[in-house]
Amino acid sequence: MFGSYGSLHREGVLGLNRRNGDYILRFNPRSLYPLVDDKLKTKRLAIAAGIAVPALYGVIETQHDIRTLPDIVRSHNEFALKPAHGSAGDGIVVISGRSGNRYRTIGGDILDEEFLSHHLSNAINGQFSLGGVQDVVIVEYMVRFSPLFERISYQGVPDIRVIVFRGIPIMSMVRLPTRGSRGKANLHQGAVGAGIDLATGITLDGVIGTEVVTHHPDTTHAIAGLRVPEWDTILDIAARCYDLTGLGYIGVDVVLDRDLGPLVLELNARPGLAIQIANRQGLLRRLKICERRADFSATPAQRIEFAKREFRHPVG
Amino acid sequence: MNNRHIYALAAVLTLLGLSLFYYKVHVLGFPLRPQEQTQIWNIEAAVRFEPGPAAVKATLRIPTLTPGFALLDENFVSRGFGMATRTAPAGREAQWTLRQANGPQTLYYRALVYRDATRIAEDTTPPFPAPPELDEPSQIAMEGLIAEVRRQSADVASFTTELLRHINLAQNDQYVSVFLKRGDNASDRARLATILLAGAQIPARIAHGILLRNEPGPVQAEQLLEVHDGVQWLYFNPQTLEQGLPRDFFIWWRGPERIADVEGGSAPDVTLAVQQNLLDSMLIAERRAEKLGSHSMDFSLFSLPIATQAVYSVLLMIPIGALVILFLRNFVGVKTFGTFMPVLVALAFRETLLLWGILLFTIIVFLGLLIRFYLEKLRLLLVPRLTCVLTVVVMLMAGISVLSHKLGIQPGLSIALFPMVIISMTIERMSIVWEERGASEAIQEGVGSLIVAAAAYLVMGIPALAHLIFVFPELLLLVIAAALLAGRYTGYRLLELRRFKALKPTADSSGSAT
Repeated sequence: MFGSYGSLHREGVLGLNRRNGDYILRFNPRSLYPLVDDKLKTKRLAIAAGIAVPALYGVIETQHDIRTLPDIVRSHNEFALKPAHGSAGDGIVVISGRSGNRYRTIGGDILDEEFLSHHLSNAINGQFSLGGVQDVVIVEYMVRFSPLFERISYQGVPDIRVIVFRGIPIMSMVRLPTRGSRGKANLHQGAVGAGIDLATGITLDGVIGTEVVTHHPDTTHAIAGLRVPEWDTILDIAARCYDLTGLGYIGVDVVLDRDLGPLVLELNARPGLAIQIANRQGLLRRLKICERRADFSATPAQRIEFAKREFRHPVG
Repeated sequence: MNNRHIYALAAVLTLLGLSLFYYKVHVLGFPLRPQEQTQIWNIEAAVRFEPGPAAVKATLRIPTLTPGFALLDENFVSRGFGMATRTAPAGREAQWTLRQANGPQTLYYRALVYRDATRIAEDTTPPFPAPPELDEPSQIAMEGLIAEVRRQSADVASFTTELLRHINLAQNDQYVSVFLKRGDNASDRARLATILLAGAQIPARIAHGILLRNEPGPVQAEQLLEVHDGVQWLYFNPQTLEQGLPRDFFIWWRGPERIADVEGGSAPDVTLAVQQNLLDSMLIAERRAEKLGSHSMDFSLFSLPIATQAVYSVLLMIPIGALVILFLRNFVGVKTFGTFMPVLVALAFRETLLLWGILLFTIIVFLGLLIRFYLEKLRLLLVPRLTCVLTVVVMLMAGISVLSHKLGIQPGLSIALFPMVIISMTIERMSIVWEERGASEAIQEGVGSLIVAAAAYLVMGIPALAHLIFVFPELLLLVIAAALLAGRYTGYRLLELRRFKALKPTADSSGSAT
């Protein structure tokens, strides 16, 4: 047991205690949390800074507002509903079609207006927010995901997670929905996580849970070796999100839209540790490299250059 | 730097907690184990006499300086007598007085005595004694004896032993025979020893005492010779010449006088008796704190009403339960619903006992989940839905109580002590996790919560620990210290070793990975 403790340490694996104690508590001031915990605030910040995000159609803030949903989406057949304080993708409903007062989700379920209203009121009452606080629901553009990942994802929207440490992207992965995850890009629910080489934007092998997979379980296509398009833009967006919020240790979630390119979905002030398994690399080693050699006051472009130089796969 | 601050704070808290703890254990004698009992002795002196026609004054010498023992309590029993205690040069005395007494009288003195090793060295150093005034032949005999004994000895102790040996030869010793008459008893010889020691400028006195043993019936007072060697008092048995204070020897009074005198009545007949008893150590510690003038007792939990004490004996264990949770969450990595929910469930287990507690908890959460899934279909708003779940939980608890009562299953009744609000929130959280993350995650967290609750219950239920925390609440400072240190533990959690096992370099892949 102590042997494996030591070998994890040598591999520079970041544990939950160290993530919380040495990075989140140190570099993420509590006062800045609302900027990322409230997706509406994040979205408005990003828009102000010129970072591309899915377009905001409207906000449902009160029980009363639920009735205005048909008006908000009058000119949009496709849209996504997101609780502003939802965590881990909880409470998100993506509508890809509509006929009368019936809505079709991206997963193919048909929802009637009543069900949707119930869901929205649950969300407003805080069912999906941390601590059950009152919430608002964002109505926004439904991402049409880039065909690139079509062959290695089952429904849903694959997204790219970049961990950014004080402005420097240090690790990245793409999360691919599976049948097991019911179309959600959530690793806890069985989505595939595949590391991405920071220097090139080329995917590595994936993992489901803690098991390594080389092919997507539903589409059976190889996961590794895909070049993520507009990789430099993604890194640029991720690096600039640090300047946006001031949070020193964040996870930036980006989706690739077929037409609009990379869009920031949300920021996370407590990004998970599973990304290490997806990359089969410890985060701590990269954090240490940053702390030893990086110039944190550099411009985003210089910081990205540093990341590409230092974090070419495999690191160490 | 930040860490050093925490280490310093933890060290200060630990030191503070431990020193208070040490003080209470070693100075006040607080018991370390529950139901610890201390041996005590009930000693009694009964003074019987026939009063004369006039006023009567009875004097009883009572324990004053008692090396190795301490008085817990004493009382004086007499009928109609005026009573006062006073301090005479040889020790305390109790004095009973009565203008007119009829018929035989009995006066009692009773005391509770316990062993107290701290009472050894509280006597003062006496001045050099005045040389005894003797007639010419005695003076010469004394000087001769002292000269001879001094020649045969090296220090005060050996001088005393040698002197006692000479005295014990009595008539057979040329010097001692000058002082002793035929028929002199042991106490006369002891008195002679003090006189001769005074002649040699060595302070000495006779200590009368009893052996504290559990013997029914009256006990005889015995004598020890106390000799001061300039630093401390030494004890000698004048007959056996053994040196040292026997462990059971309780010194009652000192000096050449008898234990009691009566003026205006017949010579008193004094009976001494000892009875051995056991008493709760806590009572003795309390009394001792009182005597030492320590305020630790006034501000301790023992000053509270009994009912409040009972509440605190439970409440003080909550931090211990929290510590167990801290350990299981931050060092092992068990997932639970809510941070401290398991502590509250563990508290409920105290009443239901472990197996029944787990069974009842599982039943309630299971039934509650079924209801919750049904309510989900009704599409209620959050707060009304929580209210429904809470009400249903309360009804379920009542139902289980009634049912188990009918079936004669006692533990079913104690379900009433389950924290229902917490259970309702647990059901709500669990159902959401169930829907959003799947059944396995929900069940995993549910089982995790139960395991943690069971562990907390088991640790909080250790009687020795409960006793320690209640008697020494300052030990909770150590809990804070431990939590402070754990707050800076940034190592891996036990379950993370398994979670990240894919990251461990294996023998064949480590080469290719670097």
